Amino acid sequence: MLDIITTQWHPLLNGLWNTILCSLIALVGSLVIGTFFALLEISKYRIVRLIGSIYVEVFRNIPLLVIAMGFFLIVPMYIAKISGFAAGTIGLTLYTSAFIAETVRAGINSVEGGQLEGALANGLTHAQAMRYIILPQAFRVVIPPLGNQFINLVKNSSVLAFVAGFDLMYEGNLIANDTLQTMPTYFIVGILYLIITLPLSYYMRYLEKKLA
Amino acid sequence: MKKIWHLLTILGIVLVSLGTLSGCSSVAKKDVLKADQESNRITWGVKADTRLFGLENIRTGKLEGFEIDLAKAMTKEILGPKGKATFVPVTSSTRVPLLKNGNIDAIMATMTITPEREKQVDFTKSYFDAVQSLLVKKGSPVKNIQDLNKAGEVILGVSGSNSVKNVAKYAPKAKVLQLSDYAQAMTALKSKQGNALTTDNGILYGMASENPGYEVVGGNFTKEPYGIAVNKNQEPFRNKLNWALERLEKNGTYNRLLLKWFGNVKGFNYQEMKR
Amino acid sequence: MQNFINAYSWINIRFLLQGLWVTIEISVASIICSFIIGTFLGIIRYAKIKYLSAIVGFIIDLIRNLPLLLIIFFTYFGLPNIGIKPEIIPAAIMALTVFESSMVAEIVRSGINSIDYGQTEGALANGLTKWQALRLIVLPQAIKNMLPALVSQFISLVKDTSLATIIVLPELMYHAQIIYGQNTNYIIPMFVALAVLYFIVCYSLSLLARYLDRHLA
Repeated sequence: MLDIITTQWHPLLNGLWNTILCSLIALVGSLVIGTFFALLEISKYRIVRLIGSIYVEVFRNIPLLVIAMGFFLIVPMYIAKISGFAAGTIGLTLYTSAFIAETVRAGINSVEGGQLEGALANGLTHAQAMRYIILPQAFRVVIPPLGNQFINLVKNSSVLAFVAGFDLMYEGNLIANDTLQTMPTYFIVGILYLIITLPLSYYMRYLEKKLA
Repeated sequence: MKKIWHLLTILGIVLVSLGTLSGCSSVAKKDVLKADQESNRITWGVKADTRLFGLENIRTGKLEGFEIDLAKAMTKEILGPKGKATFVPVTSSTRVPLLKNGNIDAIMATMTITPEREKQVDFTKSYFDAVQSLLVKKGSPVKNIQDLNKAGEVILGVSGSNSVKNVAKYAPKAKVLQLSDYAQAMTALKSKQGNALTTDNGILYGMASENPGYEVVGGNFTKEPYGIAVNKNQEPFRNKLNWALERLEKNGTYNRLLLKWFGNVKGFNYQEMKR
Repeated sequence: MQNFINAYSWINIRFLLQGLWVTIEISVASIICSFIIGTFLGIIRYAKIKYLSAIVGFIIDLIRNLPLLLIIFFTYFGLPNIGIKPEIIPAAIMALTVFESSMVAEIVRSGINSIDYGQTEGALANGLTKWQALRLIVLPQAIKNMLPALVSQFISLVKDTSLATIIVLPELMYHAQIIYGQNTNYIIPMFVALAVLYFIVCYSLSLLARYLDRHLA
């Protein structure tokens, strides 16, 4: 097993870096898109709410693999050349944003309704009330579930392996195929994933306890 | 603090036990030939996505191809006319672990005999002498592997296949994207994820016959003899496979199968391949 | 357009539906197994039994924090090392069960934790044993609380079956790949079909959950 680390550390580190990069990009992207669609879902207008829920339901109910492969195979045919990394990251962002939208919406709903009325009565516009009163409180409530979404995101980024995204799983597959030392390779890959996800997971549990 | 130590101890124990679990390779100790003769069945790992070699027929759900027919014929040679061949679809990434674990008895899945692989498995003598080529869109400026030896060129291949390793030798400047199987690679070529798809000529001709806009170019820049892989320490089984292959070559079955699958493939010189 | 008409020939549709059937079979089997095993593990973790709970809890955390793809590899390629040599479908069910059980265990644990401990105390004061209190008082309420999380986990499970294409499990995604691999004109029709079929299965699961939620209350 040691010979894999000594001879293959370069692709492994490269893969680890791409996994982290992809996860961070997808995290930021899906937070923005997710919050946007959460706001749509609680809009006053029925048609806007409908758009919000259609987006969320579509991306929640289709496998990430289908979304990522769809981007990888279909987008270059008609729209633009797109690398496996980009296709996978976009797919991951859209997929995760649907879950984040649901989480944020639940957070907003958990903030007491009277506060919005109070803010409106004090002369704030609806948008201002959201921006300054509701969302900051909502985000505090949703930090632990968001953290769990981020852990899921890191794990789900392994889907990049299917679209030649040069992530940790992809490099792991290549090394396993090359050296034919399947189990030791995947064992090392597993430890590298755990280095990212396990501390995060314990930190989130700690936060959850602290906030409760 | 005490809690952390507690946790680390458990972590250590679990990791060590997992490590030993994954570390020990379990090459089956039993005699495969004997076991197969007793059960009257040989389990082959074959391709299900490779036209002409092993392809799943959508209408019937059955596997079809040169390797499938050859495996059936060899099974009958070894076990007698009542012997059964069972097929397990494999990919370039799953075939060796499955062989080592004993899920399959032998791999006949367009697997090139290479020195690296011979460290892990044993091969029979070659049953098909492929050469590596390129598949490109018709009218592509790419005519051979040297054309691809430029920064910015992207070559598609299948992960775990020998052809992607050769690319590193012949076109080190090109970027190689490795996909999980030939279906993905062909689809990626069609969706312009790469300028050329590289693998062995037999497989490429199979793809070209189904995709009229594409052609095989690049001549034959490496030799890729396919062998049947079996586990280490299975000499009796390997000898029997070699023996069966020789018999099929002598009695004309091999040439008949070659004609059946490659006789009508445009651009493929099957006369040269006759044995 | 012609591509769509050709792609949706009866032969291809039937092939897709065969794949869908495998997806459903595997999902149902894994949902049942992981619900039972996950609840059991969750209770063990909650119960704080000396050493056992800590070890079980740690293994759950390890599995929860690994990508499912790795769990699939470990199960399919690793189990034979300890003498279990599963066929492809049992292997996929095992891998999904291992992964999803650990997710369910976590949901169950936090679901039980969400029930006020006062209720257990009350039950104990009324002469119930600890086990009876858990089974009769706490669990029924907890299950109602965790229903939404459980359902979205099971929807994830259905979607996750698609990852098992990597070990050549003949499910929906793999069958679609076989079809568009043989005729690349069918890529878009096949992805549309995949999206629609998965959506139908997963969305009906969430509708079912909503129905249950309303009628259990």
